[in-house]
Amino acid sequence: MSHDATMEHHTATGVPHRKLLMWTFIGSECMLFGSLITAYLVYRGRSVTGPYPEELLNIPFITVTTFVLLMSSLCMVLALSAVQRDSRGGSRLWLLMTALLGLVFLGGQFYEFSHFVHEGLGLSQNLFSATFFLLTGTHGAHVAIGVTWLLSLLGLELRGKLGSEHAEIVEVAGLYWHFVDVVWIVLFTVIYLLVGV
Amino acid sequence: MSESTTAQGHGDAGAHGSEPHASNKTYVLIAVVLGVITAVEVMVFYIEALHPVLVPILVSLSATKFALVVSFFMHLKYDGKILRGLFIGPLAVAAAIILGMMALFGVFTG
Repeated sequence: MSHDATMEHHTATGVPHRKLLMWTFIGSECMLFGSLITAYLVYRGRSVTGPYPEELLNIPFITVTTFVLLMSSLCMVLALSAVQRDSRGGSRLWLLMTALLGLVFLGGQFYEFSHFVHEGLGLSQNLFSATFFLLTGTHGAHVAIGVTWLLSLLGLELRGKLGSEHAEIVEVAGLYWHFVDVVWIVLFTVIYLLVGV
Repeated sequence: MSESTTAQGHGDAGAHGSEPHASNKTYVLIAVVLGVITAVEVMVFYIEALHPVLVPILVSLSATKFALVVSFFMHLKYDGKILRGLFIGPLAVAAAIILGMMALFGVFTG
């Protein structure tokens, strides 16, 4: 039994420290995204110059990238399961798939941002652009950090340093990744599907 | 091997009061449900007749997806009360701030 494992059994809360820390961090992230969503919602429909969101948002395209991010969450839980079972092939496959799907999502976001800028929606063009880019850009930065984290875990696996005794670090990374996913579930509805309301 | 991490796996009770996690089959089923709900959301978006009730429908569907990911993929359904409190507490505060600010800015009254 590792030193870490011994310590986890004797934490005051009975919860492993890393996991407790990640959930605390996720709690603080709820507040961060809550404030950004608030800014977006209170300024929604108050832009005095175009382009307006109804003219630019591409629902079919964003639906595909949303589906990609949802499926990346499935890959993440399968990666954790594989690490827990000491399945090295499974660990590599699902960690790689999760990171790749994250990169596809980021590619989609880059395309969307580029298209908006090309259509005249710069960062400070109007209230919609300022709040939209801030909110989705912050989320995108979280996805980028998540992809980097996943690739570092994949690197550990490739060097044979990610066995079942390290499953907790994969679980903590997974918590972060799934949180990024649930934030997007909210943003997809708030920004895209409720655009005309 | 870390006993606490092994306990996150399949079939074992958690070392810190958590229940056994779901199986891979359940995870795939949850992912299918998430995909179907997303498809329904987009369908609802395009159906003109549903636009008067678009907000409650979409908010309900989004909340269902949110709950599924948090409960199953993030294992909160199986974890102890401490972790649930750490998440639900700030989430409730954030939701209250969003609704409060929207009310203050007259979003609900137009």
